[in-house]
Amino acid sequence: MREAQIQLRVMCSNDDEYVSEEDVWVLYKDREEWADVTPLTQDDGPNAVVKIAYTDAFTDVYDYFRAVVASGEMSERALELTEDAINMNAANYTVWQYRRKILKHLGSDLKKELAFCREMIEMNPKNYQVWHHRRVIVDWLKDASKELRLTEMIFSQDAKNYHAWEYRQWVLRTFKLFDGELDYVDRLLEEDVRNNSAWNQRHFTITQTTGFTPDVIQREVHYVKKAIEKVVNNESPWSYLRGVVQHCDGRMGSVGDLENWCRQMYEGGQRSPYLLTFIIDLMEDKMEHEPDLRPSVLKHCLQICICLATEHDQIRQEYWRYIGRNLSHRFGA
Amino acid sequence: MAEEELWCNHVRQNKDKFRDEGVSTVSSIDQARVETSVEDKYSSYLDMKDMDGQEQPRLHRGRHIAYLKKGLTSLSDRFTSLDASRPWLVYWCVHALELLGVQLSKEEAAGVVEFLGKCQNPNGGFGGGPGQYSHLAPTYAAVNALVIIGTPQALQLINRSTLVEFLRSMRTEEGSFRMHEGGELDIRGVYCAVSVARLTNVATESLFANTVHWIMRCQSYEGGFSGAPGMEAHGGYTFCGLAALTLLHAHHLCHTPALLRWAANRQMKYEGGFQGRTNKLVDGCYSFWQGGLFPILHTLLAQEDVANLSTERWMFNQEALQEYLLLCCQHSRGGLIDKPGKASDFYHTCYTLSGMSVAQHFTSTARHRTLVTGPKDNELIPTHALYNVGVEAAVSATQYFNSLPVPIASSPASQTEAGDATDVQDTDKQTTTATKPSCTCDTTQVKT
Ligand SMILES: [Zn+2]
Repeated sequence: MREAQIQLRVMCSNDDEYVSEEDVWVLYKDREEWADVTPLTQDDGPNAVVKIAYTDAFTDVYDYFRAVVASGEMSERALELTEDAINMNAANYTVWQYRRKILKHLGSDLKKELAFCREMIEMNPKNYQVWHHRRVIVDWLKDASKELRLTEMIFSQDAKNYHAWEYRQWVLRTFKLFDGELDYVDRLLEEDVRNNSAWNQRHFTITQTTGFTPDVIQREVHYVKKAIEKVVNNESPWSYLRGVVQHCDGRMGSVGDLENWCRQMYEGGQRSPYLLTFIIDLMEDKMEHEPDLRPSVLKHCLQICICLATEHDQIRQEYWRYIGRNLSHRFGA
Repeated sequence: MAEEELWCNHVRQNKDKFRDEGVSTVSSIDQARVETSVEDKYSSYLDMKDMDGQEQPRLHRGRHIAYLKKGLTSLSDRFTSLDASRPWLVYWCVHALELLGVQLSKEEAAGVVEFLGKCQNPNGGFGGGPGQYSHLAPTYAAVNALVIIGTPQALQLINRSTLVEFLRSMRTEEGSFRMHEGGELDIRGVYCAVSVARLTNVATESLFANTVHWIMRCQSYEGGFSGAPGMEAHGGYTFCGLAALTLLHAHHLCHTPALLRWAANRQMKYEGGFQGRTNKLVDGCYSFWQGGLFPILHTLLAQEDVANLSTERWMFNQEALQEYLLLCCQHSRGGLIDKPGKASDFYHTCYTLSGMSVAQHFTSTARHRTLVTGPKDNELIPTHALYNVGVEAAVSATQYFNSLPVPIASSPASQTEAGDATDVQDTDKQTTTATKPSCTCDTTQVKT
């Protein structure tokens, strides 16, 4: 049956009407070892809507799956049946859940299950069920030795796969595997400094390990400044910078000489909206803390809002106008 | 007639194109590729317009309606991968048709109600198809579809007392929600549970105790919300987080300026549509997930900063979004799409149209203003930003369910906690008869 299953997978992953040339697939209703089971058809009712034109093989497998669930059978053959059902639709959470019940009931070899699950992940990397299944199995096994590498393999194809990142965070947290995580994030940012998932992971890793202590803040501000100097018009590090300085006890501009650094870029002619936005944030911080400076700072602030609204960030015109009104309201005379 | 220049004329100036500053990466290459395909769409439209004058960007209503009607009836075997999402397919089609102003025939409506009845389980909630375990996502989709249909049969199909038992069984100790028995846990679960509980008036204080604090753990340093604490801010999850917080009357916990900034920055300056995350690509479906944040944010800000708010517009470029959808996201054979070059599907058709509806209708306490790009009959019906069903459907369903008592929980721990659900839109709220005044689920109790 192995070969048949591979055929079937090809069919599903292409989501085309590919028909197997070798007629190795035997319908469950024609299998002797299933003769004792009466298939259970789907009760769609007489006037079904969103009626899917299932293939015969699909209907057959799911008719037997329904029968097995109805009778509560938890056997080896039922386990194999769930594998066929999953191959035909990996998003059927009922099948996955029933499969877990069987695995538990039979005390099955979970290492084997991980291998199956890995194949499923490789074929359906953006499916909720496959990642959740992996999490449950790894949690039962209490062995996460292969997990970071698995996600890295997925990231080599799509470095922003949300499911894979969520899974990786769970693994890191549950099994305390943070050693080396910042280096990994470094490598990803080296490859693509615009990878926002990697920036987020940087924030996550620090939060979960050292926290944003004054030393760490210094180090991170230095790191992020380097990244911005490489590519200025890149929103990710600017956001990250804001995330880091939020943890300062004192003033926003007090760390890493950010005010001068921004001014130099500005005076050098840089008009990236992210730079301008950050300058507004610094000025807002200043107005909060030094009421005496408000009139002059506010004036400058509002000028930048106008430049953003009319020139450098026109698409966000409504937003910048609102920000301008809000700032004058809060800090005006 | 003299009209204002279309926003998409900006492509002729090349000013807003992405510049990689000499550092080419996967992200910048993908972005440049999408801009080229969008530029093709806008330019060929503008060139045609120059040649033969008047034609404004038009919504191909007829084609989309045919596509949706066909989908609502039957689907090819390519849809097998959605066999565990059939109530979703129903909702996507029914809601998109609703937005297009199409009323289902009596027979069609009856067929939908009957089919969703087959998906409802005796232990409460709806599964992805007949005989499948109950799951919060199809439960949300089924309830929304029934609310849109709005007939007594549709609304009465929902078994509210088993529904609330199902919701309760999905709740975790910390106040988050699993999607199904033994299933994954993320912010979608919270939103689906809160949304159906509010709509059908089964929410109680105990059902959502601490939920708002769990949601708040998902607001990331970027300002948007993530699927689970620690993850990256994301459009779909941000909508779930903000809508759920608002429905639980706990929006004051949210860091609004950071969220507003994040949301405003998701609109693409070249394409006009929204991206889902920072440095990702434009995608039509985020027209609603991101665009839908603005009406909610507007309502929240009106409570603290009304003097500075616009009384005319949302805080995103409504014209740019409509042009992206009309010129780049309509498939020639019907249905709408993610971005040029993609095939249409029901999910994208539903959420692009939902986003278009948000972009067309500005509503504040003081006024309603429509801002329709293209001919007048491009106008869609307004959608309720928290539930994403038509406003009228939401209001009448809320009125109906609020006239019914909140089901009393069968578990002893929560026996005294049933309370009345307050609708955010301030539709007629009627006090339920089955509850004591001291334990109603009012704002102050939920938000602590
Ligand atoms: Zn999409």
